[in-house]
Amino acid sequence: MNAPVAHKPPCGGIDLRQEQGQRAVFCGLTGIVWLHRKIQDAFFLVVGSRTCAHLIQSAAGVMIFAEPRFATAIIDERDLAGLADANEELDRVVTRLIERRPDIKLLFLVGSCPSEVIKLDLSRAAQRLSGRLTPVRVLNYSGSGIETTFTQGEDACLAALVPDLPREPVAAAPSLLVVGALADVVEDQFLRMFAAMGIADVRFLPARRAGAMPAVGRGTRYLLAQPFLTDTARALDERGAHRLPAPFPFGAEGTTGWLRAAAEAFGVSEAAFERATAAGRARAETALAPHREKLGGKRVFFFPDSQLEVPLARFLVRELDAELVEVGTPYLHRGHLAAEIELLPSGTRVTEGQSLDDQMDRCRAARPDLTICGLGLANPLEAEGLSTKWSIELLFTPVQGYEQAGDLAELFVRPLRRRALLEV
Amino acid sequence: MQLTLWTYEGPPHIGAMRVATAMSGLHYVLHAPQGDTYADLLFTMIERRDARPPVTYTTFRAQDLGRDTAELFKQAVSAAHARFQPQAMIVGASCTAELIQDDPGGLAKALDLPIPVIPLELPAYQKKENWGASETFYRLVRALAGPPAPRPAREPGQRPLCNILGPTALGFRHRDDLIEIRRLLDTLGIVVNVVAPLGATPADLGRLRDADFNVVLYPETARSAADYLKKNFGQPFTQTIPIGVGGTRRFVEEMAGLAGIDPAPGLDGPGSRLPWYSRSVDSTYLTAKRVFVFGDATHAIGIARVAAKELGFTVVGLGTYGREFAREVRAEAAEHGIEALITDDYLDVEAAIRAAAPELVLGTQMERHVAKRLGIPCAVISAPVHVQDFPARYAPQMGFEGANVLFDTLVHPLMMGLEEHLLGMFREDPEFHDGVGPSHLGGKSFETPADGAFEAAERAPADTPPTPAPVPILLDRAAPWSPEAEKELKKIPFFVRGKARTNTETFARERHLPLITLETLYDAKAHYGR
Repeated sequence: MNAPVAHKPPCGGIDLRQEQGQRAVFCGLTGIVWLHRKIQDAFFLVVGSRTCAHLIQSAAGVMIFAEPRFATAIIDERDLAGLADANEELDRVVTRLIERRPDIKLLFLVGSCPSEVIKLDLSRAAQRLSGRLTPVRVLNYSGSGIETTFTQGEDACLAALVPDLPREPVAAAPSLLVVGALADVVEDQFLRMFAAMGIADVRFLPARRAGAMPAVGRGTRYLLAQPFLTDTARALDERGAHRLPAPFPFGAEGTTGWLRAAAEAFGVSEAAFERATAAGRARAETALAPHREKLGGKRVFFFPDSQLEVPLARFLVRELDAELVEVGTPYLHRGHLAAEIELLPSGTRVTEGQSLDDQMDRCRAARPDLTICGLGLANPLEAEGLSTKWSIELLFTPVQGYEQAGDLAELFVRPLRRRALLEV
Repeated sequence: MQLTLWTYEGPPHIGAMRVATAMSGLHYVLHAPQGDTYADLLFTMIERRDARPPVTYTTFRAQDLGRDTAELFKQAVSAAHARFQPQAMIVGASCTAELIQDDPGGLAKALDLPIPVIPLELPAYQKKENWGASETFYRLVRALAGPPAPRPAREPGQRPLCNILGPTALGFRHRDDLIEIRRLLDTLGIVVNVVAPLGATPADLGRLRDADFNVVLYPETARSAADYLKKNFGQPFTQTIPIGVGGTRRFVEEMAGLAGIDPAPGLDGPGSRLPWYSRSVDSTYLTAKRVFVFGDATHAIGIARVAAKELGFTVVGLGTYGREFAREVRAEAAEHGIEALITDDYLDVEAAIRAAAPELVLGTQMERHVAKRLGIPCAVISAPVHVQDFPARYAPQMGFEGANVLFDTLVHPLMMGLEEHLLGMFREDPEFHDGVGPSHLGGKSFETPADGAFEAAERAPADTPPTPAPVPILLDRAAPWSPEAEKELKKIPFFVRGKARTNTETFARERHLPLITLETLYDAKAHYGR
């Protein structure tokens, strides 16, 4: 029972196995933590239980914010017993909220496990409220843990935005759309790089403000900046946009592959591509070299968490000479990750899904030099003498692109450096 | 539905986890979706525990709902039993599983495991964390304490025996309170039989009955269990909470009474430094400092007493988010001549703090943020907890050492006495005026609660984009100030100016005065100075 089932048919050259059992991952509600920082005039209202409210404030550790742009409409027994009309209650809560926060332009009603189980129809509620609250736009998506895992919350949120995006005129020139929440500084770096290649019309989803969401149409070519955007990609395809297959922009190699996909689609010459990327690649190499010394030969174990595991494992093994013990991922999108899977060493053990206790047994038996895992597991594994890196930091920190390649490597090096420093 | 920005308590199953995690040899199987596994990090990150909580989650998914979630639950219980070999198990559902009505108790019973399996009914849509902890501990005691029996009389010469009830995982300073109270019991010659839940095994709960009486440190988690033990085993339990010097002395006397021994050894020792520190002349500036106290009932009541009777503060606000103990908090508030604030709505608490215009807030992590925004000094005296509330040093809240800790905790956020006098003397000095905040609060000027509080925007931290202000809560507008009165007000030292402004405006409002003049200002001063 300890050995996950081998996957059939084989997937590239990797040793893909599937596992079922207890999972130790966040639900999709967690995405609100970074999405509300990204879309600066959006509010996220979870329709759920006290557990949902407690989850977000605990997972986020964001109690520093003056008044956050997220909240929970807590369902109580009166709603469940039918004593209160859940829709009327929701309207009342939303009205109070919008009165308090006239700065809000976009409101997401976010479904949760309880709202899904009692089949509260949030899409109808969103339509109704959109009509009443004009000009505030109201959309809905589900971040429930019975349907979404951690980063899939961002996927669901962005997918909800897509049908609402402005329509690009049919005759418009091709444009490039970068999909997935990135730090503003990273977006600006990519913009400069695309401009240097001669790609001027570059847009981002999500935009920083609700009123500035990008138009899409048949001329839209899009690059996924994150590996977990399955539904968003499908929704964009339905709007006529075309995905540019590429690895993900982690590390110098991933960034080059990612930029190259755009360059090829927009007819950028090899010379222009070289000119635009040479300096960035050189700087990334300079930044990575010292980290390579520390991570070279180190054995790394990934617990499943954010779906970033496969691209990060590729970065660790190819640019930092680390070795992979096991790469856990909650879900492996064979299509979007095709380029990544190809870059992994043949025979790399990739586990899709989770059986927590079995996986912890394997981790303990393997005694990796570095374990990448969620917040709930990090201290227990440290107490057993294993060095760990919290995976959530990989999402909150700007890590994409050439200029951040060194920062990304440093996140993996820091736990090892720290352990070496401490004498007690 | 209730609009909630922050919640003071988690759902009731978090309370059950606090009990399970505190104990050893107990395992909790929770029917819950994967998102609920966030709860692990409360214990491993906030409390820095070195092991996962002893909890197995079924982590069912949407696809399981159409099939057999009950089977999934049974498999999880069997697997957890096989792997962890606990002495006993508790089983239950979180909010989502409660809706699908799988009956975890019945399913677990059907497995016929060779250990006690205790079902928990924790209604997630009605109850909250502390209630869940209390109910779980009560159910465990009920199931494992054995059949009711009268308490055998103590043999002559035998030392009195007590249990300590209430400390849990993730409790506010429970770890250190326990050390302090054990020390106190030892001084009195009372032997500790069982401490529970913290550190107890299910088997230990079977020995609770051997004690002569119970010490209840945290009624929020232990009063139900103590009531049960009293009823079934004739064990009386303590009512006094040993917070502050007075609280600790009364606690010693109460215990001595229950144990039938002399309280003197507990009272005659070195005791606490608080009384002398409080009488020391540098503390005069603490006199009648306006404090707002909010927290769980046990800490709020205890700290309000210390503030008023041991430090000479004036308690201008007292409240709790724990409705189960509203009665006790109301009674304590009446002692201070104020009305208690019983709410779990963070926005109501914030509004009450603004309105009370305190000089010090003693609250939870939530109030720390409110106070920061208003520029009022603050100390944390109650859960909900933050990683900072698990200090490396010994820092109990209870007992005589706890009183020492409280003196420091409650006084350090305030300006030192001399600093305050100097500010009064040199208030027109260009480098030393009220626009410059106290040095230990970063030297920045803050929105003060009374000076323009009603117009004030929320102050977002510098590293976040500015968040426009929520619509402020408007109270009855006071009469406008005449320029001379406004000018005169500025001459009053700023740390009492807020109070002067509020009092004058209240005075004017009650008398329906159209304008606040110089006369009004001094009339009000005379009126409130009586």
